[in-house]
Amino acid sequence: MDGGVLHICLLLGLPLLGFLISGIFGKKIPGIGAGVLSSLMVLGSFCVALVFFIHGYHHEAVKINLGHWFHVDDLVVNFSFTIDHLSNIMLLIITGVGFLIHLYSIGYMKGDDSFHRFFAYLNLFIFFIIFLVTGSNFILMFIGWEGVGLCSYLLIGFWHKNAAYNKAAKKAFVMNRIGDVGLVLAIFYICRLFNTVEFDAVNIMAQAGAVSIDQITIITLLLFLAATGKSAQLPLLTWLPDAMAGPTPVSALIHAATMVTAGIYMVIRNFGMFLMAPVTMDTILWIGVATCLLGAIIGVKQNDIKKVLAYSTVSQLGLLFVALGAHAPVSSFFHLTTHAFFKALLFLGAGSVIHAMSGEQDIRKMGGLRKHIPVTYTVFLIGTLAISGIPPFSGFFSKDEILEHVFAHNPLAYGLVQFASLLTVFYMFRLFYLTFHTTYRGTEEAKHHLHESPKIITIPLIILALFSTLAGGIGLPHYLGVNHWLHHFLGEHIFMPEAKEMAEGTVFMLVGIAVGGAVLVWLLAWFLYTKKNVLPEQNESEMNFFSKLVYRKFYLDEIYDFFFKAPINFFSKAFYFIDTRIIDKIVNFTGITALSSGDAIRKIQSGNIGLYLFIMTISVIGLILLQFLLKG
Amino acid sequence: MIALQAIDIVSNPVNKYVYLSIILFSIGVMGVLIRRNAIIILMCIELMLNAANLLLVAFSAYNGQAEGQMIVFFVIVVAAAEVAVGLALLISIYRNISSTDINLLNRLKG
Repeated sequence: MDGGVLHICLLLGLPLLGFLISGIFGKKIPGIGAGVLSSLMVLGSFCVALVFFIHGYHHEAVKINLGHWFHVDDLVVNFSFTIDHLSNIMLLIITGVGFLIHLYSIGYMKGDDSFHRFFAYLNLFIFFIIFLVTGSNFILMFIGWEGVGLCSYLLIGFWHKNAAYNKAAKKAFVMNRIGDVGLVLAIFYICRLFNTVEFDAVNIMAQAGAVSIDQITIITLLLFLAATGKSAQLPLLTWLPDAMAGPTPVSALIHAATMVTAGIYMVIRNFGMFLMAPVTMDTILWIGVATCLLGAIIGVKQNDIKKVLAYSTVSQLGLLFVALGAHAPVSSFFHLTTHAFFKALLFLGAGSVIHAMSGEQDIRKMGGLRKHIPVTYTVFLIGTLAISGIPPFSGFFSKDEILEHVFAHNPLAYGLVQFASLLTVFYMFRLFYLTFHTTYRGTEEAKHHLHESPKIITIPLIILALFSTLAGGIGLPHYLGVNHWLHHFLGEHIFMPEAKEMAEGTVFMLVGIAVGGAVLVWLLAWFLYTKKNVLPEQNESEMNFFSKLVYRKFYLDEIYDFFFKAPINFFSKAFYFIDTRIIDKIVNFTGITALSSGDAIRKIQSGNIGLYLFIMTISVIGLILLQFLLKG
Repeated sequence: MIALQAIDIVSNPVNKYVYLSIILFSIGVMGVLIRRNAIIILMCIELMLNAANLLLVAFSAYNGQAEGQMIVFFVIVVAAAEVAVGLALLISIYRNISSTDINLLNRLKG
């Protein structure tokens, strides 16, 4: 493919250009110009991705080399990019959802003082995430990986005049760095063992048994550490809920649809290696199960509309890792795709609610919004149905597929994950009913301003709702008598484990449990929050022990503070004391000694030549006498 | 003191030169220490140098060797150079403070 170079340049260059223009000349562009420009750039990238998709539909993976970067001994690193079916679908999600979120942001961020800066950052983010998914070796992926982390930091702290937001941004940055240590170490080890950093070469060599299982286990565990940081898994998950400090479109784009899935993408990309390390696969499975459960449980008690969605994201990301651990990369990727749609939809819908409520995020002060914002209500309902796995919405197909695979792999894990997904249904409908149904509980002033969002906000919502409904079509299950399109499409492009056959009866049983359970829980939530009008506790003193435990997120932040922050602070203070009180004192003492002794001795220097001569003579005589005395 | 007792004036003719040399040197030292006029101090330094020269020549003749006399020439050369530099400095000082009193030259007091 000759035009590949041009295409990849356009794909990467357009968002970068948008970033440079909005970033440098943004202040001079009047009105919403910067937003429109940035959106067009992302649309351009989306078109290029579409061209790749149509062009490469029946083709093998394309590797486009833009030039040699550096080499060390035999290790050669090129600026080369891989467009295969995996990265292509990622590209379509990123640029497609990204474009819709850009459009939405034009409406959402209108009137903000730093409008152009926001779009500059968004475009930079799109540039880096494209870099991440298309880079054909670990080094390029690492650039993208760090770049999206940077953009995440910048956008969480976008309203940098608020100290709490800055703190959240720093927390996200630091926690991601912990994971990145794993990635860096893994890359070093890969360089050493394989003498190459290209994904395909590394995975093929690993599959061929070029290195021992132990070594692969170490590499994959380090890579997974990086993934836990980026994709907010235990133990590095606490940054993601705090990251909701950023503007809502950022939460939708970066912290729900794209960046946080980079960890999953990286694991799928290197599935050849991960398959060789059963220890790592088990670790992934159980970390995923734990995160999935924890996120779902915490979500039940949160009262901030964005926090609920954040913990839901943590939980869903856990589910994706469970699928990976259960040897089902395609199912994981399928759910990644549908999740990108419905979670972006939910976040943007929440943004629309917040917009309508004049900035209020507490669901205890909402209620009865259905009549006032009907479009948002409808799309939010669709998002809720999709994430709850109610057929025929997209979430049903993808989640169900994962559950089947997990059941075949490990029934205990299946039980826990199924429980977590029922909790998901509960907290999502709790959120939904508390926000939109029953009666209004907020202030009169906010009620006065209640209004449906403008078209530029609702149209992206409607499009996303459409996708959230229909995206299940790319992976229809076998029992419907059709081919699983995604499975065939990705089949040859990722390292696939051997599939386990399942009896049709079992499959139907699992579907029945999932759907029946979901509907029951839905009814329970409906009964509790509309019929009985149960309201969340207004403050912590009303809660019982368990509610409080969950409300405070199992005191995770406090535990980390106690075990990591407090010792670091303690040692910092101790070292500060040693530095200022001991080392500085010693250094200053030498200086003061020199000064004061000089001060004392300088008095001898009287300037009287006669005296000098006298001292000299006396000294010479003294020396001569001394010599005589010593000689005896 | 030990050295002085060992010297016998009568039995050895070179002793006279030694005594003369000691006297000249002592006068030089006392001059340097007591006088405040820089020119006189320079002259006293010359006196000390010449006392040393005298001793060198005396022992050279006494031992019948030429090395001592040779060193004397070097000393004379150095003394001449020293006087030249010293007097030049003195002229320069005199131009500045209109005096050659060394007690006035105490600007380097610490």
